[in-house]
Amino acid sequence: MIENLKALPQNLRDSVVRYTLHPTSDRERSQATFHNLFLHLQSVRVHRNTLRVAYSFGLGLITTASFVLLTLTGILLMVYYKPSTELAYGSVKDIHFVVPAGRFIRNIHRWAAHLMVVAVFLHMARVFYTGSYKKPREFNWLVGLALLVLTLGLSFTGYLLPWDQLAYWAITIGANIANSPREVTDALHITKFLDVGGFQKQLLLGANYVGQEALIRFYVLHVAALPILMAMLMGVHFWRVRKDGGLSRDETAPRDPNDVFSPTKTYGLMAVVRGRTPAVGRGPEGTVQSWPHLLWAEMAVFMFTVAVTLALSYFFDAPLKEMADPAIPENPAKAPWYFLGLQELVSYSAFMGGVGIPTIALIGLGLIPYLDRDPRGVGKWFGGPEGKRIFWLSTVFGLISVVALLALTVNCGWLRNWIPSIPQPVITLINPGTVIVLLYAAWSLWILRRTASLRLSAVALFTCFLAGFVVLTSMGSIFRGPNWQFYWWPSQWPVH
Amino acid sequence: MFDAGRRDFLGLAAIGSALAALGTALAGVLRLPKPAVLPGPMRVYKLGDPAQFAVGSVVKMDAEQLYLFRDERGFHAISSVCTHLGCIVAHSEREGFACPCHGSKFDTQGKVTGGPAPTGLAWLEVSLSPDGQLQVNGETEVSRGTRFQVG
Repeated sequence: MIENLKALPQNLRDSVVRYTLHPTSDRERSQATFHNLFLHLQSVRVHRNTLRVAYSFGLGLITTASFVLLTLTGILLMVYYKPSTELAYGSVKDIHFVVPAGRFIRNIHRWAAHLMVVAVFLHMARVFYTGSYKKPREFNWLVGLALLVLTLGLSFTGYLLPWDQLAYWAITIGANIANSPREVTDALHITKFLDVGGFQKQLLLGANYVGQEALIRFYVLHVAALPILMAMLMGVHFWRVRKDGGLSRDETAPRDPNDVFSPTKTYGLMAVVRGRTPAVGRGPEGTVQSWPHLLWAEMAVFMFTVAVTLALSYFFDAPLKEMADPAIPENPAKAPWYFLGLQELVSYSAFMGGVGIPTIALIGLGLIPYLDRDPRGVGKWFGGPEGKRIFWLSTVFGLISVVALLALTVNCGWLRNWIPSIPQPVITLINPGTVIVLLYAAWSLWILRRTASLRLSAVALFTCFLAGFVVLTSMGSIFRGPNWQFYWWPSQWPVH
Repeated sequence: MFDAGRRDFLGLAAIGSALAALGTALAGVLRLPKPAVLPGPMRVYKLGDPAQFAVGSVVKMDAEQLYLFRDERGFHAISSVCTHLGCIVAHSEREGFACPCHGSKFDTQGKVTGGPAPTGLAWLEVSLSPDGQLQVNGETEVSRGTRFQVG
């Protein structure tokens, strides 16, 4: 028995680690990788291209790292947070001012959320522009879209929880966007039979107004339902990345003549030669061992994310306005910045801006890999010089057309200012939002006709939407003031 | 016709019945989030003695989310909830109503004159409660221009 007790530390370690923690050869490193639940998410060897910073920018990993940070800080915040309309605001205030390290942890939660949204958008753009959605990665593109929607859903549900003025009015607006199919059903006089809007709003709020039921529902979605879904889909996403062949790369590129390929013939020892054999230190087909190369890269990205988040959290506090007051709306009542493009669209038509155009955009994004079946151009930014040209042209077209349209709307108003008695369905159909979508679609079709390439027309459309998103978001965040009026700078806002 | 061996048939039947059972259970469970009763405060408001409101006065009722008007022709109440996305509109005697959230504008009668609001502001039913108080029903809309005369 004494013998066994003496050997306890060693035996305990051996029982935990299935292989070894100190592999010395490539073979042992491979074993160590696939004998570990967490490490075996990645393959034993990765292509060198995977580690190229300028190819992926580590954006998927940054997103994952932010999610880990959000989960950890979120659990800590749950210790003090009370999801009740009477106590929520006070408990967040306590977290901010009383709880040890509370302010810092809340700040990290907020900044990691912002970082995650930024990274997830950029990650999508990277995957799109490198053609990484193409066969066999179509399905993973769809999983990625679902993850994008979940990320935004998590941000949206988290926004209500502090129960301050900002939260209350942003969610009131959000819930009424869910209600906005009524704009269409009312116009068709079918709301009595088919009230999609009312159903969605009641499902979201559990009532007809933002109150205790809504707060509990948002809390459950934010801390349980959406994160669980998210974690599951992230698992699927990573697994498919691996199974679909790792990070995409240009398979047609000429291979490095020094690379060792899968052996098609064997060599005999014809002569004793000086120097290293070609195989030493080089893996088959330009791959390297995941352990340690990929692990180092992953750790670097993770530490980078943590460092950025901590720095931002140290210097900038998460906002907390006055407690929610259903009688006085914030003026202007603004959603978080990534929804302000939508809010700008919503200020033309609630249904089109809040439901119609986002749905069209999501369906369009989902269709991309199934419409563009051209296998060429994978793994190259913009698919080559021609794509790059289309990208720049489309950026210019996208920016000019949306800025011109916004300038027209700000200076001259829209249909209702010209013809006051115009019926609502006309505005729902024809408003700056739908016009810009049509312009972008027309541009993309024109590119398709000119180049006869679905890939290039997809690049054109995606780029236009990206430009539109950026301009509309800046419009909503910077240039809109009280009463959603246009101001060049917040310092010009009227004081009252 | 459907051609399958006995085992195939039994297998398919088992899978089919399992799916049907799970589907039914899921449908039943998913009814839960749809509220059967909508919670919320009573939306019939008693506003007290009608005589306290002078002719020509406009009163903003915060908790009730409405504006109460009294002119020579009687009382009327206009909901202060914007029909666009539910913000509370501000009122001015000359210009009518303006929404702070997305810039919807309404004339003094609550008709849309600008911005994204799909319909005009709701006119709410005004009546006299049995105990002689002025009463506004936040659930019942009346047609624009309806006035309530006391006595």
